[in-house]
Amino acid sequence: MGEFDVRAQRLAALCLLGFVLFGYPLLAVFNVPVMVAGIPVLYVYFFLAWGALIALLALVIERGG
Amino acid sequence: METWVIVVSSFAYLGLLFAIAYYADARADAGRSIIASPYVYSLSLAVYATAWTFYGSVGRAAENGVGFLPIYIGPTLMIALWWIVMRKMLRISKQNRITSLADFIASRYGKSALLGGVVTVIAVVGILPYISLQLKAISTSFSVLLQYPDIVMPAGLERPPLIKDTGLWVALILAAFTILFGTRHLDAAEHHEGMVAAIAFESLVKLVAFVALGAWVTWGLYDGFGDIFARIAADPDLNPMLAPFGGVGGDYSSWFWLTVLSMLAILFLPRQFQVTVIENKNEDHLRKAIWLFPLYMLAINIFVLPVAFGGLLHFRGTTVEADTFVLTLPMAREQELLALTVFLGGLSAATGMVIVETIALSTMVCNDLVMPVLLRLHFLRLNEWRDLTRVVLAIRRGAIVLIVLLGYLYFRLAGEAYALVSIGLISFAAVAQFAPAALGGIFWKRGTRRGALCGLAAGFGLWVYTLLLPAFARSGWLPSGFLESGPLGLEWLKPLALFGVAGLDPITHAMMWSMLANIGAYVAMSLAASPGVDEHRQATLFVDVFRAEGAAGGARLWRGTASAPELYSLLARFLGHGAAEEAFRDYATRKGLEWPASLSADAELVHHVERQLAGAIGASSARVMVASVAQEEALTMSELRGLLDEASQIVAYSVRLEQKSRELEAATAELRAVNERLKELDRLKDDFVATVTHELRTPLTSIRAFSQILYDNPNVEPAQRAKFLAIITKETDRLTRLINQVLDLARIDAGKADWRPSLVDVRSLVADALAGMGSVFEERGITVRLHPVEPLPSVRADKDRITQVVVNLLSNAAKFCRPQQGRVDVSFAAQGEFLRVDVRDNGPGVDLRDREAIFDRFGQASGGFAAGQSSGLGLHISRRIVEHFGGRIWVSGPAPGEGSCFSFTLPQAT
Repeated sequence: MGEFDVRAQRLAALCLLGFVLFGYPLLAVFNVPVMVAGIPVLYVYFFLAWGALIALLALVIERGG
Repeated sequence: METWVIVVSSFAYLGLLFAIAYYADARADAGRSIIASPYVYSLSLAVYATAWTFYGSVGRAAENGVGFLPIYIGPTLMIALWWIVMRKMLRISKQNRITSLADFIASRYGKSALLGGVVTVIAVVGILPYISLQLKAISTSFSVLLQYPDIVMPAGLERPPLIKDTGLWVALILAAFTILFGTRHLDAAEHHEGMVAAIAFESLVKLVAFVALGAWVTWGLYDGFGDIFARIAADPDLNPMLAPFGGVGGDYSSWFWLTVLSMLAILFLPRQFQVTVIENKNEDHLRKAIWLFPLYMLAINIFVLPVAFGGLLHFRGTTVEADTFVLTLPMAREQELLALTVFLGGLSAATGMVIVETIALSTMVCNDLVMPVLLRLHFLRLNEWRDLTRVVLAIRRGAIVLIVLLGYLYFRLAGEAYALVSIGLISFAAVAQFAPAALGGIFWKRGTRRGALCGLAAGFGLWVYTLLLPAFARSGWLPSGFLESGPLGLEWLKPLALFGVAGLDPITHAMMWSMLANIGAYVAMSLAASPGVDEHRQATLFVDVFRAEGAAGGARLWRGTASAPELYSLLARFLGHGAAEEAFRDYATRKGLEWPASLSADAELVHHVERQLAGAIGASSARVMVASVAQEEALTMSELRGLLDEASQIVAYSVRLEQKSRELEAATAELRAVNERLKELDRLKDDFVATVTHELRTPLTSIRAFSQILYDNPNVEPAQRAKFLAIITKETDRLTRLINQVLDLARIDAGKADWRPSLVDVRSLVADALAGMGSVFEERGITVRLHPVEPLPSVRADKDRITQVVVNLLSNAAKFCRPQQGRVDVSFAAQGEFLRVDVRDNGPGVDLRDREAIFDRFGQASGGFAAGQSSGLGLHISRRIVEHFGGRIWVSGPAPGEGSCFSFTLPQAT
């Protein structure tokens, strides 16, 4: 396990993905008063994207080298 | 609700914490740790969620909808980088026995006591109000709950007298807890298992309490998420919350800076460093924590919005503060049990933070502030004291009590002041100042002590000026003119709009300026002057931690003389005789030496002792203490460079050596395989010679026998004689054929065979061969059928050789056909780019397992091919011929006993 092995690189890429998911301009796209299943689309987006990011973290870290 | 119910349940809860910690410590002493699990580790990281999360998130959400989220999304992003950053920090800390964040930074920059002290001061100044905030949360939530079922805001309540204030009592109990479970041993690098177990339990309690409340608000008070959001959407005052950016939620740049701030906080808050790095039992626990901890944060945040919005709807037009919604919502509906649960959840969030933060800060204060000063006060003659363990422990305990009491004092003095209420993010901004020195320190060798000092000073200075002083001003402790028109009326120095940069929120403004100054000063001053020898050595040990040859790496970089007994007594004075003896014995065992007989005080032993000591009193103090008994010869920079180069050369050599040895192994394996192959061929050749000899002897024997008979009996009857002569002729033919075949094969093997390829019409070739062999089939009563087909493409091959193959197959078929009822079918087919010829007989067939063997030299089937009937070379030669022309030959058949079908293919001529 090197300092910057493939897994480390994948995780770093996920960090960048997080900045994209939770930053301008993607947030601006969802910053509209629209409801999805009775819940504001921005909040639906926040929690879905957050959950997906965590799932990807788990996938990368647990799937061996 | 009766007062005693709340008091008793609070104290029962704290008692439970003591019990858990006591149990975990007892288990740890028995060598059966209950915290050595990635799940407990992940839960203990959730000490991140304090009372500020528990009560404050809802408050922030009620104000602007999204403001609470970056505090938790930031750490999720940071944690993705933990595999790079935290794994390295863990490895460094374990190798250098780091005791705190201050120790980490001081150790990196040449074990500088000054730097450790500066970090400690920043941490204490930045975090102390944060501890106050927790005590305030306990105190207020208690007061609010006490009014049950009335809802009175804390501002409207009379401040309880000192003696009746729960905040004070809880603070004292927490100090006792921390002393009891945080300062049992001196070796701070040992883990505080009891504390960690209690913290993990608290994390569960606060999660369960918050989720229970959230579920009740969502489905008990309202009719699900949709109901709450629909009501908000219908309310013109509240519906801007549904798309908050650009309006109530602030702009995207403040969102970005909050995210960055939280990313740094998760690394550098003293309590987070304590649970993540110092209390870590196993580097591998990081793996699960990387996704479990974000999952925890996600779970505790799901109900923040419903609670905030539910509270806003429920308490419309009242003075109930959003920070208390968590508690006041169940109170308003007289949900006694739920309110009590929530109160305990808030208590757990606050106490967990206070305990861990206090341990972390007290270690820093003791190791990096007090001890270095005491060791330098020569009139104390500290290095002559016999037992320093108690001194160090007393300092730590004193620091714990002092920190908790100072925290309480600040809360009593500041009360409802802005300087306390808004402290969460202000504290985050303070610890973020550690980032350049700490992160730069583990990835950038050139970062120097001077750079780190200047960076920290500049960053901290700007933090004080742009965040702390404005907070004081808003609390009324400084004249308000300071904020509005700048100090001494200098407009461009206004603390919230430095150099005229206005329009940013205070946190964004402060982070931008302080980080600019901090990073700028760190980089510029690092590059301005060369690092000293100590700094260079530590920089290499830190940055190359994954490359260095383990803990021994530091030892090679030390030169001097010392005496083993003196080192021992030094260690014993701090750790006690038991621990010191164990440390020496461990070391001796590892080196295969006897202790105390043959242990010499070489550099490695000195390093070992310094490491042990560092685990107790911090790197810089340990260095001072070891220097007092060992005479170190100062290395010059060029000597150090030489040693480091040597080390890297050795590493490079060993890498090259490993590569060479791998190559050698591969070559050996190849050679061995070739040798095996040669041996096999040699064996085959021997077999071949033996078989050929045997095959030659059989006909020779019969020729010899019949010739002898004819020679011995001149008057054999003419008929008999003719018969014998016929046999002799036949056997001679067989002999000739065999010798021809052997010669043929030898030529093919040697590559000297004479191939004369030409265009061949296979069908007419087969017809010719059949015509030539007609008598053979007639004799045996075999019907031969040549299946007619449409015109066939020709192939490019040697006509005589293919004839040889066909004749061989046909004569085999003739031999093995059922006598008198024999049938041989020859058919042709064009198959892709190949032409295929099938020769089918109705003989006994070839057994499945022999279908490959019969094509070997002298390969004979165990069943059908009776000995003597086949030369054993024909099929082998046929295969060589067919394969030479790029075709394939094989045998198939319905099943043994029902005939066989020999087929071969040849590529069509193009």
